[in-house]
This record gives sequence, C-alpha cells and structure tokens, in this order.
Amino acid sequence: MAVEAVRVDPAAGIAPGSALEFETVIGLEVHAQLLTRSKMYCGCLADYADAPPNTATCPVCLGLPGALPVANRAAIELALLTGLSLGCRIPGYNKLDRKNYVYPDLPKGYQISQYDLPLCAGGALTFVSGGVTRTAGITRVHVEEDTGRLVHRSEVGGEVSLVDLNRSGVPLMEIVGDPDLRSPEEAKDYLIALRQILRYIGASTGNMEEGAFRCDANISTRTRDGVLVGSKVEVKNMNSFRAVERALRFEETRQRAALSAGEAVPQETRGWVEDRGVTVSQRTKEQAHDYRYFPEPDLPPLDADAAMVATVRARLPELPLARRARFAAAFGLGEGDAALLTAEREIADTFEAAIGPEATPGEARAAANWILNDLMGLQGQRGLPPHVLPLSADQLRDLLSALAGGEMTARAAKELLPQVEPEELPRAAAARLNLLSLDDTGVVDAAVAETLAAFPAAVADYRAGKKAAIGRLIGETMKRTGGRARPDDVRRRLQAALDADG
Amino acid sequence: MSGQDGARTGAGRATTASDLTALTAAEARRHLDARDVSAAELTEAHLARIDAVEGRVHSYITVMAEVARAQATAGDARIARGEAAPMTGVPVALKDNLCTVDAPTTAASRILAGYRSPYDATVVSRLRDQGAVFLGKANTDEFAMGSSTEWSAFGATRNPWRLSHVPGGSSGGPAAAVAADEAVVALGSDTGGSVRQPAGFCGVVGLKPTYGRVSRYGLIAFASSLDQIGPFARTVEDAAILLGAVAGHDPLDSTSAPEAVPDFAAMVGPGAGEPDLRGVRLGVAREYTIEGMEPGVQAAVDAAIARLAELGAELVEVSLPHTEYALATYYITAPAEASANLARYDGVRFGLSVQAPTLRETYERTRGEGFGPEVKRRIMLGTYALSSGYYDAYYVKAQKVRTLVRRDFDEAFERVDAIVCPTSPTVAFAFGARTDDPYQMYLSDVFTIPANMAGIPGIAVPCGFADGLPVSLQVLGPAFDEGIVLRVADAYERSETWTGQRPPL
Ligand SMILES: [Zn+2]
Repeated sequence: MAVEAVRVDPAAGIAPGSALEFETVIGLEVHAQLLTRSKMYCGCLADYADAPPNTATCPVCLGLPGALPVANRAAIELALLTGLSLGCRIPGYNKLDRKNYVYPDLPKGYQISQYDLPLCAGGALTFVSGGVTRTAGITRVHVEEDTGRLVHRSEVGGEVSLVDLNRSGVPLMEIVGDPDLRSPEEAKDYLIALRQILRYIGASTGNMEEGAFRCDANISTRTRDGVLVGSKVEVKNMNSFRAVERALRFEETRQRAALSAGEAVPQETRGWVEDRGVTVSQRTKEQAHDYRYFPEPDLPPLDADAAMVATVRARLPELPLARRARFAAAFGLGEGDAALLTAEREIADTFEAAIGPEATPGEARAAANWILNDLMGLQGQRGLPPHVLPLSADQLRDLLSALAGGEMTARAAKELLPQVEPEELPRAAAARLNLLSLDDTGVVDAAVAETLAAFPAAVADYRAGKKAAIGRLIGETMKRTGGRARPDDVRRRLQAALDADG
Repeated sequence: MSGQDGARTGAGRATTASDLTALTAAEARRHLDARDVSAAELTEAHLARIDAVEGRVHSYITVMAEVARAQATAGDARIARGEAAPMTGVPVALKDNLCTVDAPTTAASRILAGYRSPYDATVVSRLRDQGAVFLGKANTDEFAMGSSTEWSAFGATRNPWRLSHVPGGSSGGPAAAVAADEAVVALGSDTGGSVRQPAGFCGVVGLKPTYGRVSRYGLIAFASSLDQIGPFARTVEDAAILLGAVAGHDPLDSTSAPEAVPDFAAMVGPGAGEPDLRGVRLGVAREYTIEGMEPGVQAAVDAAIARLAELGAELVEVSLPHTEYALATYYITAPAEASANLARYDGVRFGLSVQAPTLRETYERTRGEGFGPEVKRRIMLGTYALSSGYYDAYYVKAQKVRTLVRRDFDEAFERVDAIVCPTSPTVAFAFGARTDDPYQMYLSDVFTIPANMAGIPGIAVPCGFADGLPVSLQVLGPAFDEGIVLRVADAYERSETWTGQRPPL
C-alpha cells in the first residue's frame, strides 16, 4: 500500500510550484473476452450478439438453484496460450475462487474467478514505444466469467432497470501487468502490443468498442527523490486506446498538481468521463468491497499439466515482434513497413502466402508496396476492418505474377484493383476489362506517331539535348493506349523514332 | 406385517393396501415383474396411505398424485414390454431440495415458495428414466439447514414413532415418509448427517455415499464441498438398489467421480448368502463416546457391535483424534459455502421478490422476509468467517483441520475395513427441545459430520430402541467403498429378528 503524500516542508527547500522531477507509475489490468464457441461454465453460445435478451442462457448462467458450473476447456487453453505467448510460468497447481458481491447483473451473487493461484504467472510483454523497445512485466493471467448487463429505460410510471443475462458467463481472461509503465503513451503502446498478440494467437478479437478488450489502469505519481509519493488510483471506464491515453494524461497532471501543491493523492477508484475529458471519484478506499474470496467448491483446479501445456505450446504462432524483425531482415523492408505489414496476422499471412517461400527481396518489396499502398488504400475506402484486405493471397499472387511478367502495367493494375470481383483472379478481371498489356505493335506505333505529331515542342527539346523531355512523351503515349502499353516498350519505340528522324 | 416375510421370498401375493405399502423395493420389483401387482395398484396404495397419515406425520410439502399416477401407468406399460429397470414402477419420495420440472421445488423456504425448476436434477432424471414413480416432494429444514425439520417454512414433520418428537433432519420428510410407509424409498441429501441422523431417529436405513459418487446437479446447494445425495429405505438392500439407480459420473457435476459403480444390490440381501462377517476388521473409535450420550443409545449400539463380532467380524480399537474439532470446523466451512450459495436468492429472477423503492431495500426485504432464522444465522456466520481479517483464522484454519480429519480416517482405514459407531448421541427429541439452543441442535450431528468432512461413505441402520424410540448404528467406510458399509449393515440387519417392526401409526 502506497504511503500518502508527505506534506511539503518549505525548510527542505521544496516550494509548491517549483520544478519537481516527477515519475509516473502505471500498471494495467486488461479483461479480454476469450474467443470460444461456448461460455465459460456452460454450453450456451458465447456469441450472443444476435440473440434476444435472456435467450442465450441456461440454468447455469442464469444462476438457477441447483445448477453447477463445468469449466470450458477451450477457454482454459486460450488463456494458457496467452500466458505462454507472454512468457509466463504455468504453475503446477491453480484453483478457481468465488468472488462475492451482490448486483443484479451477477446472477449467482459471486463471480467464479481466480484469486491467489492463477493459471499463468510472471511473464513479460515486449513492445515498441516512441521508437524504443520496452519490456513490462506481466503479473498473471487468469480466467473468469463475464456478468450480464443492465438496461435502464424510462417507462410510464418511472425509470426501470432490466436485466439481460446473455453475456453472463461469457469467458474472460484478466491479464494483470506489473507497474512498469512510465507514461500514458507507453500505456497505450503496451495495450496495442498486447491486443496484437491476442489477435495473433486467436485468443480474443481484442475489439474495444464491443467490450471484448477492456482496460482498467492503476496510476500513481512520485518524485524521483522519493520525497513525495501519491497513493495508487484506479481508473475505469476507458473504452478506446485514445481514452486510456487521455485519462492517464489527465490523472498524471492532476496528481502532479496535487503533490506540487502539497496535497495528498488519496487511494481511490476514479471513472473516466469521456465527453468532459476528466476523471471523477467513484469509490474511496473506505468504500472498497470485501469480496470474501474463497476456493470454488464446485470446480476442481483447472487442468494444466505438462502434457496439456506442451499441446498448447505447439499451437503458438510466430509472434508479431519476431515476425516484424524477420520481415525486415529477410526482405530488406524498412522498420515502418515491416511493422505495418505485421500489424495484423491475416495481412502478414496474405503477404507471405502471396510471395511464396522463394521470393527475392525485390519481389517481396514489390508485394509489400502493393499491400501497404494500394490494397490498404482500397481497404480504407471500402471500410473493411484492419485485418481484411480487398484481395486474397491467391488473387494477390496472380496480380504480382502478371505484373512481373509484363502482362499488366502498374497503371493498368491500379485501375483494375477496385474492379476485381471477390475470388476473381486479377488476370481474368483484366481480360474482362480489357486492361492486359498491349502486344499489338501496330497500336503502340500508331500511338507513338500520334504523340510525336501532337507535341512538337517536346520533340524539339529532346532533339536539342533535353533528354528528360521523353518523360512527357512516354506519359502521353501511355495515355493514348489507355495505360495498357508497357512503359519500357513505349520508351524504346519513342527513342527509336526520335533518334532516327533526328 | 404378516405379508413381509412371504413377500420377501416372492412367494406370497400381496393384496391388501397395507401389504402393498409394506413392500420393500426388492419385493415390489418381484411382484411387479411377476405381474401380480401393478405399479398403478402400488401407487394408489401409497397415495391412500399418504391421505391416511399425512395429517399426523406431514412428510410431504407437495404430493405429486397426478404425476405419480401417470408414471405408474407408463411403468406398467414398460413392465408389460419386458423392459423394466430396477426402479420401474417403484414409488419414491424426493426431498424438496431436488429440482423437478413437474412439481414445485422449495427447499422448504418461503423465498422459493411455488418455485418451478425448468430442469430436473440428475438424480431425478435418472429415476425418471428408470420409470420410477414420484409420490411427492418431502419436507426438510429450510435449505437443509437443521437437524429436526423444525426449520421448515411449511411446518415440521413429526416422528412416526412418537408424534410429539422430531423426525430428525434436515431430511426429516423423506425419513418419516419411508418409516410411515408413505413411500417405498426416498432420496435425501446429507451435508453433516442430514440423511443418517433422521434415518436413525425414524428407524430406517439411510446412506450417505462417498462425496462425488452421486451427481449434485439439481440439488439446491447448501455447502457444496459437503453435500451428497443419498437413499432412505426400510432395508439395506433397498438402499443399495436406489443408490445403484442414481450413482455414477455426471458431466454436469465437475465434482462427480469417474469411478465405476459396482453392483451394490448384488452385495447385499438374501441373494448374498447367510450374514457372515468373517475376515472383516471393524474399527471401534474411542473418540465416539461423548458426554451427553444417552445410556440407552450406548447400550443398543454396544449390543449391535457385539452382534457384529458374533457374525465373525474382528473388532479393532482405532483412534480418530481430530473428531472433537470436526463439529467446530464444520460450522465454519458449511456456513461459509452457504453464504455464497444463498446469495442468488435476491428477488431479481425467481422466487419471492418483495418490491421496494431501492435495489438495496428490495434485497433486504426479500431476504429478510424470505429466509428463516436458522438460514439467516448461517449466512451471517459464513459471511463473518470469510470476511477480510477473519478468513485466515476461520476458513483457512477450518480447511486445515478438515485435512487432519480426513487423515485420521485414512490412517484408520489402513488398519480396518470399516468403522462402527452410533449415528447420533441421542434418540429423537421432543419438539422445541433444541430450537432455542443452536449448539445443542448442532451436537445432534457430532458423529455424522466427520464423514462429510472426509468425504467418506456412511450408513445408518436401525439397531434397536431406547425409551421406545429407534436407535441407529453407523458404519463408515473408505472413499468409494460403499460396498463394505452396505455389507456390514446388511449382515447386521439380517441377523436381527425385530427389524420388521413398524411405527404404531
Ligand atoms: Zn448457460
């Protein structure tokens, strides 16, 4: 427990408002919904999105008398996978506990969670923040269950609160980080990296807007000399990465101001109010719950023996940072491009599948450019989610090989891309749209002749020694072929014509 | 009951209603399969018996007459097809903390008055699948918390042997129903003795199986790590038959054991040969003699143990040194678990809901009016024991003592095959004798609680009378060895000649 702020002693030479050297200490607790078919302790569907209220339920998740929980093995495996991806130890013994509190969205009157002996413990998350690679400790990863939801509504006769238990029992894991973060930006970057890992390993969608990835933060402030120390403040209700960064920025400023003014920073829970851009006190230390944790007698410890851990470990994919480094090294990609290309596992997979195992760095860079510029541009225009490209790996491979073989010009490809139908190969689309390269020399020669006639000034410039003027003529000739002539072919023919008649 | 001996050999034809209600499950099976008695006749005889004695005994909270008649008809059709299972057509009483879709399940609490479960408990669906006949939901102390049924919100059950006395509890309803011939057999639940103690008070057989032997799914939880469903019967053989019908792993209960279920019924009864306990080592625990033990109880139990020796058993003195702490630790562990298990009765989704202006008042009034005094006492005890600052001193310490109690038994069972002792230190007591003194009430379970703490099986079998009320012998065995406790109890039961005595209703 942090010590309350010490009063400023003017005799010691520290005056309020003077340039104190502060340090911010942040630790994050993330709740992520595990991507399983069924709920944590019953067979109900975990994806209740389209179900009318209280229909994705059963006696277990409704907390009916006599119902008993049965742990979902798939959820345990995903939590284990998360722990392993964060380098956690998997203790030989874990247990489930009841966390007791009363609220209408908690049907049993307790949540089945893990208290002192979690499934995974003592890992680390490596992430990049401000261009620097940082490592923050992971205290633990444990499984628990979600609550239902209350819907407040005005009706004739007053306000009513309705309970929807579709979300009750949906599997969650809590990932508790060590207080190793030193700034709001670091906190945001830590979250982005953690979310990326969860998406890579398929443990969670990480969707913050849908509540599949929620973050509470503990933040405290102290002076580097240790003279002033504020208590730990828990901040809740942050629904986006930006909100986390803003809320922590606000808290950092508030706490520094308080300490500088010789005031105490009391231990409390505060909520972020998005539209006002402030945190407000929700609960003081004195009002803290006593959750009366005790071992859940209805469930034996979770199965996590060496054989199961080995099976789960075998499912670990290459993680984002490693993949990013490999892309940079193997394909000569810049750090920025490699990071963008590996931000989503599906996109990195598409990239690798499209270029194949034998790709040269040149081919890989060409493919990367098409993805990062054209396909991601189109992705944005179409409002696709960040992990979904407009082309599949097969389509991209076909496009790249057509470009490499000269069957299509880059210009034609850019025109083609928005018009490729789902699952249609780009070559077929180009044929359909008449965008394949021109092999008819008569058409190209005619376009060359037309251009030379139309731009005598450029022709004269070239012949006078301004060789750069040919660029204009190439562009105009390309335009006259609808972009389908090969630029090198056009250049050769223009040069031949210009040099011959000179 | 003149029909009893004849029926037991399957030779006689049971015709009168009293003959029919006196049949054991084993006898009923033979008559039903021989088609000389129908399930419908057997059911009507029991419904008539219920009509005749319920006003005095009050074993049931809900009588399921129409359900029972429909099940009997279906049972007769099944028997006619030659597809009878051991429990087909056999009338059963169910403790009212076992969830049933076709009758209210109240746990004898106002907070669940009229509550209809949308699903059957696993034991109920197993009996339903066997074609058993459900006569009704039997009385209990509220949420199975008590030792006399005096804490039922719907009125106490009376002891069929003496109506001024309690039937024991919490499963007093099932025990009295079987004793008063209002059911052939019954299912109860035993958390600290709630099957064995009322079986003892009512002069019937009651078995608490090994923790994990019978699925708890659909049993309204009192203390999850101690609760176990068990059979009541008038013979050990019937208890074995009913246990066999409901035991075995259930994927819906993660604490139910994967152990194979032996053919218990084949180990007992006339089919198992002459009573013979040669080669069986029986432990007599010196700690199971306490102050407050009634002399009549001690005498009857001593005589029964002497009989077991005559049957060939070798008596060995054993020590269970942590017995004296078991009661105290039980009253920390059980209320702690109960305080969480009963949090769901909040008036939001089901059961009693007393509307009030605020959420907090709705909770307070619903629970204040819905729960009785003993339930409130245990919720408070348990909440306190789990509270920050007290958890280590109470709950954690109790878990440690529980480990020691279990170790006592482990060590004893290295030397003996089973342990024999009284089921309860007293015979049934008069109404009101202990309701004002919870500790005296709790003492009633002093010999039964250790088996729940250790998770081991125990059976209560009638062993005579003291002051005209039944006395009971308890046989405890190692985990998953219900076979030995059934064998010892069966040998004793069949060696006695008075065991057919019925209460004078
Ligand atoms: Zn469910």
